[in-house]
Formats: sequence, structure tokens, C-alpha cells
Amino acid sequence: MEEVDVNPTVTNIPAIRHGKHMGFAWGPEDILVYETQFKASGPSLSGPGGSFIHKVRKDEDIHSPILRKLFNESHHIFVGLQTIKEDVPSKSKKPQFVSISRNYRSVIRACMEELQQVAVSTKDTEMATQYGNQVSILLAIELIWNLCEVLFIDAAPAGSLLLHLLDWVRLHNADADEKAKDVLQSDSPAEHHHYWDVVVSYVLQGRLEEARQMLAKQATRQPASRNMYKLMDGLLSKMPFYNPGGTQTLTEFDVKWRNWHEEVDRYLKDNSFSSNYHLELICKILVGDEDALLEQKELLSTWYHFLITRLLYCHPTVKPIELHYYAQSCLTMFLDSRSVQEPLDSILLAAFEFDIYLVIKDCSIVLNNWWFVAHLTDLLDHCKLLHSHNLNFGSNMREFLLIEYASGLFTHHSLWQCAVDYFDHCPELGRACLELQIERVPLDTERKALKVLRICEDRQMSEQVRSICKIMAMRALRNNRLGSALSWSIRAKDAAFATLISERFLQDYCTKGTFSDLDLIDNLGPAMLLSDRLTFLGKYREFHKLYGEKRFKEAAKLLLSLMTAKIAPRSFWMTLLTDALPLLEQKEVIFSADQTYELMYCLEELTSSLDTAAPGADSPMQEQDVEQTKVELLRLSLARNLAMAIVKEGTVDT
Amino acid sequence: MNPCGESSCLSFALTLVWDKRENGEWQCTASWKTHSGSVWRVTWAHPEFGQVLASCSFDRTAAVWEEIVGESNDKQRGLSHWIKRTTLVDSRTSVTDVKFAPKHMGLMLATCSADGVVRIYEAPDVMNLSQWSLQHEISCKLSCSCISWNPSSSRAHPPMFAVGSDDSNVAYGGKVQIYEYNENTRKYSKAETLMTVTDAVHDIAFAPNLGRSFHVLAIATKDVRIFKLVPLRKESTAAGPTKFEVQIVAQFDNHNSQVWRVSWNITSTLLASSGDDGCVRLWKANYMENWKCTGILKGDGSPLTGSSGQPSAMNMVVGSSVQNSQNILNGMSAGS
Repeated sequence: MEEVDVNPTVTNIPAIRHGKHMGFAWGPEDILVYETQFKASGPSLSGPGGSFIHKVRKDEDIHSPILRKLFNESHHIFVGLQTIKEDVPSKSKKPQFVSISRNYRSVIRACMEELQQVAVSTKDTEMATQYGNQVSILLAIELIWNLCEVLFIDAAPAGSLLLHLLDWVRLHNADADEKAKDVLQSDSPAEHHHYWDVVVSYVLQGRLEEARQMLAKQATRQPASRNMYKLMDGLLSKMPFYNPGGTQTLTEFDVKWRNWHEEVDRYLKDNSFSSNYHLELICKILVGDEDALLEQKELLSTWYHFLITRLLYCHPTVKPIELHYYAQSCLTMFLDSRSVQEPLDSILLAAFEFDIYLVIKDCSIVLNNWWFVAHLTDLLDHCKLLHSHNLNFGSNMREFLLIEYASGLFTHHSLWQCAVDYFDHCPELGRACLELQIERVPLDTERKALKVLRICEDRQMSEQVRSICKIMAMRALRNNRLGSALSWSIRAKDAAFATLISERFLQDYCTKGTFSDLDLIDNLGPAMLLSDRLTFLGKYREFHKLYGEKRFKEAAKLLLSLMTAKIAPRSFWMTLLTDALPLLEQKEVIFSADQTYELMYCLEELTSSLDTAAPGADSPMQEQDVEQTKVELLRLSLARNLAMAIVKEGTVDT
Repeated sequence: MNPCGESSCLSFALTLVWDKRENGEWQCTASWKTHSGSVWRVTWAHPEFGQVLASCSFDRTAAVWEEIVGESNDKQRGLSHWIKRTTLVDSRTSVTDVKFAPKHMGLMLATCSADGVVRIYEAPDVMNLSQWSLQHEISCKLSCSCISWNPSSSRAHPPMFAVGSDDSNVAYGGKVQIYEYNENTRKYSKAETLMTVTDAVHDIAFAPNLGRSFHVLAIATKDVRIFKLVPLRKESTAAGPTKFEVQIVAQFDNHNSQVWRVSWNITSTLLASSGDDGCVRLWKANYMENWKCTGILKGDGSPLTGSSGQPSAMNMVVGSSVQNSQNILNGMSAGS
């Protein structure tokens, strides 16, 4: 069985001249192409170059709002399937798997119906065609899935197999019911031009009860042929159908069926129905006459309907492994010289041959979207129907398909979150792919960035967490949103960056005299310890708070400790000492004598280091003067405070 | 990015930057003269480092640019300013390619020149983009046209890059060389030469590594080639670079002409190539690692219509204003 081969699709780009060299670049969800003036040799072309860049995007399906429901709901089903316990043996899980398969199919059907409605109601002919195409594709998908469910998942043995296949055919042949509705609603159903079509269709689909009811209408109109109709009615009612739940074995059923078959054959050979063309035709069908069946090509409409009907009336106890003989021959017989085998036919044939891999491979090639093959393969894998190929990929086919599908979802602004779950359930490559993809999710808003972060944090993707926080921090910093930048770098646990931002805060304070983003700094908590500079920032702000609350003694203690514990950078000491001035100038003594000694020590340390540093030729004389004045002021204040402190401490309260 | 016409190196070379706004529309936010000769390539650094670009040119320099966020008025008008942070002038010939190293290596970039020298620079302080130091200077003997870093951040792989040569003398085999960093010698040394590539190489690209043990490399030469490099297990005492088993995984001459560019998508599942036949082709592997062409983009010269999309497997969105992702276009200035 050969693989279906499909030529690569060609997309024409307007406004790029034919034969002109095209440049391209990958975008997150698309590819951009543009015309260049490049020529390998010879003079460059004159004239204006192409001034457009074209965005080419594959797979429009993702952006269809109706199909989005399909993706969302099937995501639900998928996740549910993954959580089915592994320890229970597969056999007892079969009903569960069949039920899940049916869930998927009902989702497809719902989507199809909605699309059909829109296709019919829209006035835009182009859209209508597009919707129509999508409906056809979904129809085909559901047809294939249903067959796979019957053959692979439900895996009915001989006997039940045919019954399930009959259901399958009936489900996908709405024509008969449409016609029946017309016929029954007419004044005289038996005279309707579709009447016999309906009867024959019923027989072809094995719906004998309904066929009998229809025939009864004709029988009353032709009293002369009453006996013939009675005979036919009898034959139809006696046809045995296998009952899987019953006590009859398959062999017993087979015997019964053969007896019935012989009886019908006898009446045919007896010419019992020869005077009535239609009844004779029905009789031939019941006997399984190939030529008679083939004559009904139009009513059968598909070769697989022909196949099931033929099996029903020739070999109802067909075994699964025998199916492909009949399938191939029916296909050949049904297709005349005019019609060509379509990809769908090849896929169905592969299914009848129980070649799961070929079904999946052909579906991947023929269908645009990975949705179908990914979910079907996953379900089949859970049924333990796929033997893991050891692929060069290091992964297996299921993972390959799921990753293909999920990667496609990632380009969508909201569906990407569904994609994450798919990656989670690909043990070999899922994580690596998720890491790559999640870094590329555009972090348009803080909210989205937080969403992405939570996903990474839940999965301990620490590198991605760090990277995303860093990107957001950088962005905030560039836009001068220091508070945001600080909180992102704390989240990233990026000490170096936190230091940088703290410096900026402190610089801002020096120039403006106030802090921005007070809330953030006040509530740093343990995050303060991330970097020394950050700790200082936090503590410095605490100092200001204490001062504001007039808790001067505590403020003073904190201020001193900032210098003595070396939390404050040397460059800031001058500012701190200047901050001490108002505390020194208070009427009440705040700094104790010891504390004052320490302050003096700090001042001396500071001034001596400034002295030893080469006098900056750049700093203007004015600045140096200001510095000098400050130092002198401080010395004065410190001395005065020291005096007062000594007196105070030396005084004994009497 | 593609080179401009070769005979026009006298003209100015502009670089344009486009940004996508919140409403999804694209806008050209900056255009400025980057070099005094044709600009060969432009590349973005990882957004972790801010908005940073590097460009290289026929004028023998490479430059690093940073975006400065302007006044809020500018932002509303959608303008941004780029300033040059540094010029790298070590090359004595045209600098043909510049690429930033993977971000886990810090802020590092590699340039390659027509005289066959690869230079690797590092900015030790990522907040100061004016300070770059030349860390490595590697002579490849053949004139270089393109360079590609291996993006793998796995600790199992030492830093690695591939260099392609456009030397047209077919007698010198091996137009692609692979260099690998050695922790002990702290130097890059040649690990492999792809002897089967004898024609001029125009572009080269490592595929993103999905945690695989082997590397995949795409090459644009007279056809499209994809190689697989499988590291052979080193004995613990062996010194020197890793030995590789080189396998050619795919070779396509569908362009029927010189192939100028190859580039991978994010997950390394699709390779795009462009050639002198005026087409962009897309290549994809199935799970059995068989590569096939899955799509062709070609200009048909038809006039631009207002509608969007053709109902085909590849759908197209075309705009009347120029659109782009966060990549840069090389353009000729209007006067040339």
C-alpha cells in the first residue's frame, strides 16, 4: 500500500515580480517575505524595489472562532484521557476509551453543524465556500475517526463487527432519510418518484423494518400483487441478525442465516418476483447479487457502502482479518474508468487493512491541520495499539504529532495555554519544546507575563522564569519604571540587577529628595536581602519612616548602624551624615555620647579617604567649598551634641 | 538578511526598524544610516539585554546599537531612537556576518570577515554596551561568508559555531568548518570540516536543539543541505575537540540555482530557504526523519489587491503599509 503523495502547495505572493529574489524572516507565527534587488552577478536592477513586506501565515484554522471551540473542548477531553489510571488492564478500560472516542466525535459533529449553519446563512460567497470546505474536511475526519473507533478501539469480533459497520454506514448516509422525509410528507407516498429509491436504500442499509413499513404502503395500492408483497414482507421479516448479547453462538447464527439465504435464492430462481421489477431487484439484493448491487451505485454513492452492503448479504459473519480482501475488491469494482481513487479512499482502505500507521501517515499528509492525527494517535496509544517505534527523534510518533499540534496552538493569543498541557504529556521532548516555545510568547502585558511565569514556576523551569523576569525588568528599566523593574528583578532573584536598580533609586533620591515607589520599598520584606544595595535601600527608607513618625531615638540608632555595619556604601555616607544633622540639632539629646563618638569616627574616616583621593581636577571649586562647609557644620554639630550628651549622662537625677 | 546589489556599495546604507503596536499594526519606528558601505547583516540580541542590535558591513566594521526610549511624545508618534554603542574596527576586510551568541554565554557576539578571520567579542558588563573586548581571533584560512552559533544551552555541549566560506575554488574542499570551545585551553579549536561541501556557501544555520544529543546544521550553497552531527563519545583521557560523525540528512536542488539563505523556525521543525529562482521553499521532516518540501512561496507579479487571504493551505495576509516582525530590513535609500 503506497503512501499518499501530495505536492507541496504553492502560494503566490502578489506585488513581488516573478523571478525576483525574495528575502525572508521567521516571525513567531508566520514568515515574512519581501522582494530584494539582489542579483548574483551583473549590475543591480534599476527601478524601484518592492516596497512591501508580506506576512505569510499557515493554517488559518486556528483563527476561526468556531473551530476554536473544537480545539478548546478537545483539549478538555485530552486532559481527561491522560489522567486515566495506568494500572487497570486495558481490556476493562475499553468502554471508557470508546466513550472518549465518542466524545471527540460529538465535538466534531457539533462544530460541523455550527459551520454548516454559518455557511448557509452567510451572504459572502467566498466565506461560504471556505466554510463549506471546512465542513467537508470535518465530515471526512469524523468518517475516518468513526471507522477507526469501530475497527481499532471497539475492535468488535466477527458478528458484532458487521453490525457496527452497518451503524457506521447508516450514520454517514443522510440521503436516504432526506428522501424518506420528502416521500412521507407527500400526499401519496407510494406514487412519489423517490419512493422506490427510499425502499431500496433502506434495504441496502439493512433497515428492513423500515423497508417493510414503506412496502406496506405500496401493497395496499396493488391488491392484485398482494401475494407477492406478502412473500417479500415475510422474507424481510425473517432475515436473521446476529445478537451479540444473546445466547446464540456465531456458528448457530451462521447456519440460520444460510438457511434464510437459500430460501430467498429459491424464490428468486422460481421467478416469484419476476413480474415486479422492483421486488425482484430487492430480492436480488437480499441474495447478495453483485451485479444488482453495482447497479445501485447512485444510491450507494460510495464504495464502502457497497462493501458493507455486500458483506451484509453475502458474508455477515465476516472476521476482521478478512475485511481487507473484500474492501480492495469492492473498491476496484465500484470505481469505474472515470473515477479516480481519492486520498480519502486510500485512508479508509488502510483502515480496513488494519494498518494504523498508514492511516495516520496518510491523514498527516492529506489534512491541513494536525488536530485529528494528534488526538487520534494519542487515543490509540492509550489503547495500547501503537508499538513504540524507536525513532531517531528520540521520541515516538504520538509525541511527534502532539508536539506538532501544540506548537501550532502556541501562535494563538489565547489557545497557547491549552498547548502547555499537551507538552506536559509528552515525557520525552515535551519539556524541551515547552521551554523553547514559552520564551517566545509575546509578553505584551504584565498580566500575560505573570500568566506565563506561573506556568514556568509550576514546572520548575527556573531558567525560563529568570529569563522572563529579566526581560520584563529590562523593559521596565528602559521606560524608567523603577518600581516595576525592581519587583521583576526580585522575582528573578537577580542580585546584580537589583543592585543596579537600587542605585538608581538612591540616585533619584539624591537629586529629587524623594523616593518613588514607596509602597514597594516599604514592603520588601525578606526580599531585601537579595542584594546589599537593596538592603540598604530598604533600611534607609525605614530610617525616613521612623523619622517621620518622630521615633527619633530608633531612627538615630538605625542611621548609625547603617554606617557602622557597613550596609551603606561609602559614597552615601555624606548623605547619611547630613541626614543626621537635624537629629543632632534637636533640643533634646538623641544621640548618646558613645553614638556621637562613633559618628565622629565615621566622619573622620570619610574625610580622610576623601583627602587621600586625588583632588578631582574636574570638580569645580564651588563644589569643594560646599563639601568643606558641610564637613565643618557636621563637626560643629557633633561637638555640641557630644557636650550635651556628656552633660546629660553625667547628671544624676536627684 | 540579504545583501543589497553588489555594484552599489557607494550608496548609503540604511537600516529600518519596525515595531508592532498594540492594535496589531506595524509601523516603521526608526530608519537611519548605519554604515558607510552596504550593510550585509543585522541581528538582534536576546531581549534580556534590552533592545540591542548588531550590524556588519562592507565598510570593514561591525557596530552595536541600542534603542533609547525617547520622550513620551515620540512614543505616541511611534518614534524611537537608536544610538551606536560601539564600533568594532578590528577587521581589515569586509565583515560578512555578525551573530550574537546564545544568551547563556552572556553578551557575546561573533563576526566573520572576507579575509577568513572570525572574531569573538564579549561585553563583560551587560549594562555597559560601550565596552567590548576581543576575546578570540580565529583564522579560518578561507574567506568567510556566514557564521552560526549552536544555540544549545545543554551542559553536555561546549560552545560551538559553524563558519561557511564563499571561496569559489572547488579544489579547496571543506567550505564549512565547525569550531568548539575547549574548557582547558580556553580557546576555540577546529572540530570538524565538512569536506563534502565544496561549492561556495552563502548561509549556514544550526537548528534549535530540543534536548537532543546531536546537532542539525542547514547549509545554503548551490543547493539546500541538512547535516546531522553526532558527537562521538570521548574517552576521558582524550584531549582536543569532540569528534563527530557527519551524516547528510537531506539535499535538495529544487531551487535549481544558488541558495542564499536558510533559516529555522523556533522549534526546528521547519526550514525555510530562498534562492535565485525567486522562491522561498519550506522543508519539513516527518517523524521518520524524511525531509520533504511542504510549501513554496513565489512572486507572481500580480497587482496587490485589498483582500486578505487565499483559501489555500498557506494563507496570506498582505498589508498596504509595510509590516514586519522585530527584524530589520536592509533597504536602499530612496535616492539610489
